[in-house]
Amino acid sequence: MPYLGGEDTVKELRRALSNPNIQSDQLRYRNTILKVIRTMSQGVDVSGLFSEMVKACATVDIVQKKLVYVFLCAYATLNPELSLLVINTLRKDCQDPNPMVRSLALRNMTNLRLPSLVEYLEQPLTAGLRDRAACVRRVAVLGWAKLYNLQRSSDIDATVVNELYSLLRDPDPVVMVNCLRALEEILKEEGGVAINKPITHHLLNRLKECDVWGQCEVLRILQRYRPQSEEELFDILSLLDASLVSPHPPVTAATLSLFLNLCSGLPAVSLAALERVRGPLLAACGSVSREMRFTALCHIQLLLRSVPGLMGAHYKRFFCGYAEPAYIKQRKMQVLVELVNDENVAMLLDELKGYCTDVNADTAQAAISAIGRIGRSYSDRCLEILTGLLGLRQEHITSVVVQTMRDLVWVCPQCSDTVCLALEGCEETLQDSQGRQALLWLLGVYGERVSSAPYTLEVFIDGVRSESSLGVKMELLTTTMRLFLCRPAETQDMLGRLLHYCIEEETDMCVRDQALLYYRLLHCGIEETRRVLQCRRSDPSLGVLIGRPAEPISQWACSFNTLEPLRQGAVETESASRGSPEHVTFDPKPNTDLSGTLNCSQGDTVHAAMQSPSVCPSPQLSAQRSFSVCGCRDRLSKVIKCAEKTEEEEDYVCLEECVQCPAITHCSPQSLQAAMQLVNIQTLAYTPPHTLPWRVYLYTHTQRAHSGNTPHSTLILGELLYTGEANQKVVSKEAVEGGEEKQVKEGEEATVDGLSGRESVRINGEEEEVKVTLKQQPRDDKALKGFLSIITTVLHTLSSEQN
Amino acid sequence: MRHDCRMISQVFILSSQGDHLIYKDFRGEAGSDVVSIFYEKVTALTGDQPPVVMSHNDLHFVHVRQGGLYWVATTSADSSPFTVIEFLNRLTALVKDYCGSLSEKSVQMNFALIYELLDEVVDYGYIQTTSSDVLKNFIQTEAVSSRPFSLFDLSNVGLFGAETQQSKVAPSSAATRPIQSSREQGGKSEIFVDVIERMSVVIGSTGLLMKADVEGEIRVKCYMPSCSEMRIGLNEEFSIGKSQLRGYGAAVRVDECSFHQAVRLDEFDSHRILRLCPSQGEQTVMQYQLSDDLPSAPPFRLFPAIERDSGGRLLMYLKLRCDLPPKSSAINVCATVPVPKGSVSLSQELSSPDQSAELKLQSRAVHWQIPRFPGGTQLSALFKLEVPGLSSASMLEVGPVGLSFELPKLTATGLQIRFLRLSPVQPGPSQRWVRYVTHSDSYTIRI
Repeated sequence: MPYLGGEDTVKELRRALSNPNIQSDQLRYRNTILKVIRTMSQGVDVSGLFSEMVKACATVDIVQKKLVYVFLCAYATLNPELSLLVINTLRKDCQDPNPMVRSLALRNMTNLRLPSLVEYLEQPLTAGLRDRAACVRRVAVLGWAKLYNLQRSSDIDATVVNELYSLLRDPDPVVMVNCLRALEEILKEEGGVAINKPITHHLLNRLKECDVWGQCEVLRILQRYRPQSEEELFDILSLLDASLVSPHPPVTAATLSLFLNLCSGLPAVSLAALERVRGPLLAACGSVSREMRFTALCHIQLLLRSVPGLMGAHYKRFFCGYAEPAYIKQRKMQVLVELVNDENVAMLLDELKGYCTDVNADTAQAAISAIGRIGRSYSDRCLEILTGLLGLRQEHITSVVVQTMRDLVWVCPQCSDTVCLALEGCEETLQDSQGRQALLWLLGVYGERVSSAPYTLEVFIDGVRSESSLGVKMELLTTTMRLFLCRPAETQDMLGRLLHYCIEEETDMCVRDQALLYYRLLHCGIEETRRVLQCRRSDPSLGVLIGRPAEPISQWACSFNTLEPLRQGAVETESASRGSPEHVTFDPKPNTDLSGTLNCSQGDTVHAAMQSPSVCPSPQLSAQRSFSVCGCRDRLSKVIKCAEKTEEEEDYVCLEECVQCPAITHCSPQSLQAAMQLVNIQTLAYTPPHTLPWRVYLYTHTQRAHSGNTPHSTLILGELLYTGEANQKVVSKEAVEGGEEKQVKEGEEATVDGLSGRESVRINGEEEEVKVTLKQQPRDDKALKGFLSIITTVLHTLSSEQN
Repeated sequence: MRHDCRMISQVFILSSQGDHLIYKDFRGEAGSDVVSIFYEKVTALTGDQPPVVMSHNDLHFVHVRQGGLYWVATTSADSSPFTVIEFLNRLTALVKDYCGSLSEKSVQMNFALIYELLDEVVDYGYIQTTSSDVLKNFIQTEAVSSRPFSLFDLSNVGLFGAETQQSKVAPSSAATRPIQSSREQGGKSEIFVDVIERMSVVIGSTGLLMKADVEGEIRVKCYMPSCSEMRIGLNEEFSIGKSQLRGYGAAVRVDECSFHQAVRLDEFDSHRILRLCPSQGEQTVMQYQLSDDLPSAPPFRLFPAIERDSGGRLLMYLKLRCDLPPKSSAINVCATVPVPKGSVSLSQELSSPDQSAELKLQSRAVHWQIPRFPGGTQLSALFKLEVPGLSSASMLEVGPVGLSFELPKLTATGLQIRFLRLSPVQPGPSQRWVRYVTHSDSYTIRI
């Protein structure tokens, strides 16, 4: 087929089309027209043949007619005048005794999309609505929607709308569904087709007659209906039960969507519906079509957000097939991480281990991160696997393993011994900057326990001239400083060389400034340096807070059965390719932003943590939403009131504690929020830094699997307060139930506007105290103690860095 | 102006090289330049980005890949992905029914027919019908068969590639002819009932069966001009769920089972008979799943021995046993053995000449091909791999082994079709075919 010389082709085709010999031979004529369409599909502009094609339209050969219509619909908008010539043929066809010809003519007449033809359309469309043949009525009904969209300004005739409403009772189910579709478009301004009780029950009764597509449409439109009584609601639900377990995934999904919509006030019914769709969704996960598998997986992830245990027994369904594409494997691993429990952990890790050496690097990395994520609950088993993987000495695997270990060690400090042992010799295989940064951070924090740390650093420092990554250089500075503090004899010389290089030769301002700063810091004496750089470690009791709380269904119900869940993945994996495996899972990135005080990339990482789509959907406040002092007082009184209310209940604990945390008030809201989120504490609100009294409101859910299977969850809500006087601190923390908490939030939001322009008050470096009172409901002493120690650690860490 | 209703704005089909094969705009809301935008986006994706849904401004591309082609629909964000993907899959099935096969060539040759189909299937972005019974009244263009006659058509060997060895199996070309060509062929009426099962199995390194799932379906492919009713009798012992057991023979059990809505089940409970009036073309009448409970032993076992020889080479001695009944056999067996990174060359000793093996560096695996593997036999292979710098840890990289195979004339669940009756009895010659095949969806053996 000649792609070039489109003009010649058009000329040749024109000659052929106007050749009377060809015109008289039906088969040759049709073939010539076929050639025109083929040329058109290949992207050649054949609009010049318009008048010849108009002539070809007048024929009894239906195949030829259809071909010509394909052409006309594509080019009509370019030739509005010539298109008028077709109208007569089309109108004549609308009277044809053959219903197929009538529907064809009517459909293409409305598909020409020419506003100038509107006046010719109304009559045949009106006639079409009353046609004997259902196929003509189907076309006519949608024709009105096309007409309306063609001429927005003109009000559509009320009689037409009425007629469309009456056609909802048409014996043909497709006509009925098309009426719904057309009315939705025509009555868009009024909010779409009116869904009242009679229409709802009519539609429900005829649901069985519709095919899959019709059912989905009806189910979607019914979402607007609000049943008048609970009895009616349950009647509807029982009618829909069969659709809920339909073998067709679109129907199942549409029905569940409707269920969740109707039962938004009845969580127990919604949960039962989720249980019911488990089977069909799992079946869709095993569908032959990869795309359907992927869709089902993404929606299962939504369900798991509310019912983490929903698929627990079926974890094997999420094992990856060896020939599956990487994007499905990664989704399956995300699901597997959620499903882990005491019984299946061994099987699951065994399976994940197999993926770690996958030939596809992305799959391998996802598997390693997944193991790290499971390591938060089952650290020993996972560390064994991770350490084993280091033995492979493969660049991409080692890099992800080291990053995973860094993230794991932050949450589970008890792993540090194993990690320190494993780190020896890693540097030889590490190539990428993310992995080397992670290694450096670990060396800085645990330098005294890794015997080879100075040698490793020496290699890095010797190669610093050729180092291209800014992040690695910054990390290297901090790490060398830290190592100097704990192993001065071995490190002094190389620290000197590094600082010299960075100050004298380095061209990047960030690195240079940081080096200068460290240099001056060293002049202030070793104690001062230690106070700035000494790295606080996370507390072993952090483990208590692991596990995401179950979300209410309403959090995701509106995005169920839309493209949203499928697209989210793209965002997540994009951030994963930036090098942070944590984004694949659902936690903010525990990065060096807490410990790497002067790291210039800090802003970046904090930002990433805040923007991360994965953080808990609890209220996230930006710095602008911090509130004024008076608002704060207002809020405090509310909180205390709540506390009094809850005090009457038995299952309630209160705990008070003072925390020494100098300079915490200088901490920027971003780093405070990021730090809190690392340990699953959500900041509700806070005053701007340096403001007095300085307050922060926090809350968290904790969830622990007790001896039984039922997870035990408690809620802790609290406030940190620093008034500015060294001895007089008031802090109260209390736990309230969800509803009250919401109310509190509203109150807080109302006060956001009153941000005061108060002068910041500098506080001297003297010891300052924040008193912490914890209140919790229901009672769970262990979790409460854990929480206290975590918050203490976080405050210490933050304040030491601010100093 | 965009609408926020859920509908399909455009449908287009692209070849894997990005050639525009079919383009149809239903709503006139976006230009045809989106086709090129789609192709740019889909080819620019990195390996880990899910390709199914992509967006450009507020236009969303949903696509499926079938027959080496991109089948794309553009739609709005609140569309149901289940619906759009099911629709695209159904469209591919229709095109396959009408054109005989799915390939770039058949789509190119039958583009007029596909435009005609699209015109009837979707109007103004709303799906009207995808039933081949309804459509057959409207579709006028006749299919151009891309391969009128060819004995040695290798590209056809896929699902029913068994015909060379299995003389009793229906010719595979029969199942890939267009449904409407029956007109010109003088009404040769045939009906195929296929029982297709897909196994997904994980066998642990100790030989323990860790996972065994079977997904099965009964597919009817009908080339009868008129067929009023068909009755399919399944095994009498067929039972659904754990509690229910029937008959005295070995139970044929599945966990879950669903039927096409056109199937009448009034005789199902008592006699395990499905009644339906098949439409022309292909349809799935029944789907079922079985989890973690195979009625017989898994078809393959692997006994590996992996060691390092004194010369620093990696030795893999693999014994593969086929535990099928002696009279049946597996075909097109391919074992994929992942090997350590850095493997450079392979030397092999295979137990029979028809086997072959090669080292695929790109996928870092040894592919061991066995064209035919009779039940009850055992094959062995010795692979010697040259791996510079082989360490003991590298052994971790060997495995898990993936097996792909076809088991013709076998079902993993034991489901059988007792009889196939058409009523009224068809005038003229008619042929009824019942075919069984089990595929490996994923058959993994850990080492």
